[in-house]
Amino acid sequence: MFDLTGKTALITGASGGIGGAIATVLHGAGATVALSGTREAPLQELAETLGARAHVLPCNLSDAEAVNALPKQAAEAMGGVDILINNAGITRDNLFMRMSEDEWSSVLEVNLTATYRLSKGVLRGMMKARWGRIVNISSVVGATGNPGQGNYAAAKAGVIGMSKSLAYEVAGRGITVNAVAPGFIETAMTDKLTDDQKAQILGQIPSGRMGRPEEIAAAVLYLASAEAAYVTGTTLHVNGGMAML
Amino acid sequence: MSDIADRVKKIVVEHLNVEEEKVTEGASFIDDLGADSLDTVELVMAFEEEFGIEIPDDAAETIQTVGDAVKFIKEAQ
Repeated sequence: MFDLTGKTALITGASGGIGGAIATVLHGAGATVALSGTREAPLQELAETLGARAHVLPCNLSDAEAVNALPKQAAEAMGGVDILINNAGITRDNLFMRMSEDEWSSVLEVNLTATYRLSKGVLRGMMKARWGRIVNISSVVGATGNPGQGNYAAAKAGVIGMSKSLAYEVAGRGITVNAVAPGFIETAMTDKLTDDQKAQILGQIPSGRMGRPEEIAAAVLYLASAEAAYVTGTTLHVNGGMAML
Repeated sequence: MSDIADRVKKIVVEHLNVEEEKVTEGASFIDDLGADSLDTVELVMAFEEEFGIEIPDDAAETIQTVGDAVKFIKEAQ
């Protein structure tokens, strides 16, 4: 239904479970994709699986200079960036009273500041083209909070506030800015949970299961599509009913 | 009128969709020509491309009128 033929998309964190699924789905809809992430090997592997129309652009999102250079590299590789998916994220969980400045700032840097930098970097081309899609991956904990994740929740809530503000500014130019807030999704990040933790989490999810990366990717595909032109500044919650916002 | 001024005028007319007579040297993009703040960002982008120069953010903020733009570009070239 959603056709992205001729569109170009830059996806950060494409080496991860959700990012990989997003890249695969956008590519499957016809888009040319630039896969970014810290680890090059999984990006190469994904690019080979996808075949044509896939570029690998490794980038360390805690390196400001590298982040600022990424939009240009993506535009050179693909001829432009029509769609930006700010998906990359890290966690450095700790109780608030024990959280170090470094744990706080590193999570803010990668999850929020890199999103600002990349969005700013792609806007020039989108403004000229009078078309653009920015989809920022937030999290259910950005809305609900979560013990041990003061830094992560702050960054993910920040992403939503940033998306809304930017959405106001560029709506008149055919550019939409939205967020997708996943709940608990089966990825390497949630694999680390113990069985007890998982059972406790599942008890809070009306759907009774964790989500799949493809279910996040489907939400992203919709927001990236031409059909979603009238949707901007919103947060699409994909969480199995865990938090009905 | 200089070549730079003519080219600046042309860009302003095209981007802001205003009549050429209104684009005088002293005309303010926002107060006289109906631009919003994002329009002025776009104008600066267009000047950068037309004249092959870079206009840093702090300098861009000082470009409020057609004359400001012409003066800046002349000095930058």
